[in-house]
Amino acid sequence: MKTDGAEVLSKTVTQDEAAILDAWNAALREGTSLQSGRIREAELQTQVKAVFGQIRDALASGGLDADAAGFASLRETLADISRSRAIQGFTPTDTANFVFSLKEPIFDALKRMLDGDATALAAGVWAAGKVLDRLGLQTMEVFLASREEVIGRQGQEIAELSTPVVRLWDGILALPLIGTLDSARTGVVMENLLQAIVDEEAEIAIIDITGVPTVDTLVAQHLLKTVAAARLMGADCIVSGIRPQIAQTMVHLGVELNVVSKATLADAFAVALKRTGRKVVRQQAPAEERR
Amino acid sequence: MTVTKTETLPVRSGDDVVRVRQRVRALAVEIGLGLVDQTKIITAASELARNTLDYGGGGDVCMEIVQAAMRKGLRLTFEDHGPGIADIEQAMTDHYTSGGGLGLGLGGAKRLSNEFHIESTPGSGTRVTIARWK
Repeated sequence: MKTDGAEVLSKTVTQDEAAILDAWNAALREGTSLQSGRIREAELQTQVKAVFGQIRDALASGGLDADAAGFASLRETLADISRSRAIQGFTPTDTANFVFSLKEPIFDALKRMLDGDATALAAGVWAAGKVLDRLGLQTMEVFLASREEVIGRQGQEIAELSTPVVRLWDGILALPLIGTLDSARTGVVMENLLQAIVDEEAEIAIIDITGVPTVDTLVAQHLLKTVAAARLMGADCIVSGIRPQIAQTMVHLGVELNVVSKATLADAFAVALKRTGRKVVRQQAPAEERR
Repeated sequence: MTVTKTETLPVRSGDDVVRVRQRVRALAVEIGLGLVDQTKIITAASELARNTLDYGGGGDVCMEIVQAAMRKGLRLTFEDHGPGIADIEQAMTDHYTSGGGLGLGLGGAKRLSNEFHIESTPGSGTRVTIARWK
């Protein structure tokens, strides 16, 4: 007798619904999803019910191909669930286990239904395995895609946040650089600085590298290019924030910056003020001295 | 001379160069290098890792903590299977570059480390070893 695994599976899932649901809920309760406190039991049970109903309907529509049209609404529900799991900070294991923990209850139900009929049992188990594995993988794909979305967004935010050009005074700009200077970020930095030089009609731009952990030849080259471009636009650059160890390293490397450089941003600002014909003075002597 | 710890990292992308720097920093701190020596070996590692990536088409870096008598040191070996270097002497010359860099990477790395060794076979790859002793 030829046994259709899909048919056997569909029949079992329909007839033994209550028992499978109970066992699935129990398995999930034992898992770590609930213990982490990220989701309430009532919410989990609602999801379980919704997903199970859709699995039953999808199987009844025929076929085991989880990519087929009959599974469309089930795929959407699972995608929603795993997306919310990713945002709530669940581990990948917890997320995948939501689907995989359904395996045992279904295998048990098949065993109860087809006791003794080894051929039908094997066909049913294989069918269940195939469908659930595919669904589990889809869950993981959505989970990872959501995580990557979050990471990508954060990366963009960092790139934007970490390259601010600040106006210190009329015609004096400061560009505090923080973190690793790779080519992509340097492009953004240079563009921002040059645009700010135009907008603020700046004469002097201070590039502060206190927050750059390593200055190698590539970083030095990026700095030199930025300085040269600013110079072409009529602005002088001062590089500040060169720490002692960085200075020694640059000497050994053989890099010459050929720009005015200062140890601290404050020193650089003082130079900038002087060059633009200003000076900082105390408003008046302290009260006690005047008497 | 004994090797007390070995780690291998891939150098396949720009992110890997950053990771190499971070690991070298951690190991340099572990053997107790001072701030200046840390910065030197990190910068040398950064140069060589970028060479491995840009000119060697990617490779691996092997980081070892070595102990000789009472001294501890950090030894880094960068290996790639790229086109190799035909004229090592020329490559070591300051301001010579076959790419678009400043041409200071190899010479700079040599000046930043206590030991420097380079071997390259055109067509089969390059291996650069540097060490910094405490």
